[in-house]
Amino acid sequence: MGKTLSEKVWQDHVVRSADSEPDLLYIDLHLVHEVTSPQAFDGLRQAGRPVRRPDLTLATEDHNTPTLNIDQPIADPVSRIQVDTLRANAAEFGVRIHSLGDVDQGVVHIIGPQLGLTQPGMTVVCGDSHTSTHGAFGALAFGIGTSEVEHVLATQTLPQARPKTMAVNINGEPPVGVTAKDVVLALITKVGTGGGQGYVVEYRGSTIESLSMEGRMTICNMSIEWGAKAGLIAPDRTTFDYLKGRPHAPQGEDWDAAVEYWTTLKTDPDATFDVEVDLDATELTPFVTWGTNPGQGVSLGGRVPDPEEFIAEADRTAAQKALEYMALQPGQAMRDIAVDTVFLGSCTNGRIEDLRIAAEVLRGRHIADSVRMLVVPGSARVRLQAESEGLDVIFKEAGAEWRAAGCSMCLGMNPDQLAPGERAASTSNRNFEGRQGKGGRTHLVSPPVAAATAVVGKLSAPADL
Amino acid sequence: MEKFSTHTGTALPLRRSNVDTDQIIPAVYLKRVTKTGFEDGLFAAWRNDPDFVLNRPAFAGATILIPGPDFGTGSSREHAVWALQNYGFRVVIGSRFGDIFRGNSGKAGLLIAVVDQKIIEELWEFVEANPSSPITVDLAERRISADGFEASFEIDDYTRWRLLEGLDDIGLTLRQVDLIDEFETGRPSFKPKTLPAKVESPL
Ligand code: SF4
Repeated sequence: MGKTLSEKVWQDHVVRSADSEPDLLYIDLHLVHEVTSPQAFDGLRQAGRPVRRPDLTLATEDHNTPTLNIDQPIADPVSRIQVDTLRANAAEFGVRIHSLGDVDQGVVHIIGPQLGLTQPGMTVVCGDSHTSTHGAFGALAFGIGTSEVEHVLATQTLPQARPKTMAVNINGEPPVGVTAKDVVLALITKVGTGGGQGYVVEYRGSTIESLSMEGRMTICNMSIEWGAKAGLIAPDRTTFDYLKGRPHAPQGEDWDAAVEYWTTLKTDPDATFDVEVDLDATELTPFVTWGTNPGQGVSLGGRVPDPEEFIAEADRTAAQKALEYMALQPGQAMRDIAVDTVFLGSCTNGRIEDLRIAAEVLRGRHIADSVRMLVVPGSARVRLQAESEGLDVIFKEAGAEWRAAGCSMCLGMNPDQLAPGERAASTSNRNFEGRQGKGGRTHLVSPPVAAATAVVGKLSAPADL
Repeated sequence: MEKFSTHTGTALPLRRSNVDTDQIIPAVYLKRVTKTGFEDGLFAAWRNDPDFVLNRPAFAGATILIPGPDFGTGSSREHAVWALQNYGFRVVIGSRFGDIFRGNSGKAGLLIAVVDQKIIEELWEFVEANPSSPITVDLAERRISADGFEASFEIDDYTRWRLLEGLDDIGLTLRQVDLIDEFETGRPSFKPKTLPAKVESPL
């Protein structure tokens, strides 16, 4: 019987396999950031162990870094200690680091692909749940805990139990105005936040094939939001074209050998998945969330649901609690919801294409007086690229704040936070209670919806302008 | 991880049940960037009370903790184990433990010895009457012994073996280092490396 894509990648990385034990998997790329790595490095130090493969390891600073005055010392003492510790550890253990101010600093999941380090058929791990982003290249990529970070640093391997496989088939041409973000938000609302638990998911179908790499990354990024261990997409011409010429992409004969291998990375016709899910993209509309988990979503043209509509008791109580926290009424039109803040950025939607789409909406327009808009490029290079295209000017003329790269308001570990009770339209991936600041309320949206919402002051799509 | 065969030390009776990991070390103490220095946060909520058993001079220097049932339930924080070890504990003897805490302890080299609650009661009385009397915990024999006191304890074979051999998860994997070396020789040359950097300005 044939194999699925994820089974092929898995198989190519098994160092050791024994009955009733997890497989020992080789890790091709280990990404490291300041929040989940300090104790791992400390553990190595205590045990007198080196980093086995510094040349397969890359560190950057993103979660704690400020997006203003980046040339000055970090004000928050805890953030500063974490960042300084990462710098010291990187120096001590010989790990390459892209620090604040470096042209390749940025959100860890943006810089891997940007440098051409994320390639098809690789295993990629990071102490961060959104590592699934790298699956867009046909890599098996997943988040790990701090003890596992230490394990990978010391051994470049990880014991892993074989996950189950799932296919998500997304077909059809999405209507105008529907982006990858809308596709994945609609999917999560359909399957629920626990729907992918225990599975490695392969996204496939004509909708996926016609997406850009940026769009594919947006979809894979949110795999974890519905519980999947990883999400991946078979590499194709779009993938190869994106990679060609990037600093760490293979060159010359290596490139040809790589493409030959990459081309084999697809699910065999006779392979079977443990589960399959279908989604018709032709029926999608711009999608936004009303609640406090990414599965509580609805069409932008829809209304806040009545908790009574939910059949399962648990969903009903969850909806009730979410509406209370979000200060929303059942039946309220989504388009009537006014926001205070718009956040454009994160590893979900902080890439150049996202900024271009939003800038296009804002060109020649001004955001509402009641709204502040933060534009935070996912990496310093994305910021430079945007500036070379004049996007920064469009954002600034529209009244938005043009910031430096980092995670920023995606999780509010730096000063970019919502105030209690403040409401945001955000292109990030988590609308959990307090995620963007204590008491803050988050509606997850796509970049064009974020831009249109900033202009109108209420949740809106570009078509409303 | 150090090999653990037998440990002799004085004990500290903690007559409380359901001590969860938040009580072992509260969240505000989790901000450190090392695996050491967590002793200050150990049982922080109770430390201000001069009568709290940890503050009683008679039990100073104890290396064996004897808590009530359901010790280490709650949050998965590995810091709870580090805090106990940083403070100087090598062994915890109890009747019931939180699962994740017990797993984390085994990985970090803190011995969790499980006995019947009846034995705990006896041990408490013994230790309170003879605080400076040493207790020996023999992992190979699964025995706890003190002056005029003997009991056996339970521990699963796998954790026992790992502790006796001094093998943490990483140590275990490093036993396969030949296989890892061999795998590496077969990796294709087109696989990317982060070093040397191929961009202008890595700092
Ligand atoms: S941008 Fe947000 S989701 Fe992505 S790594 Fe940073 S904090 Fe995590």
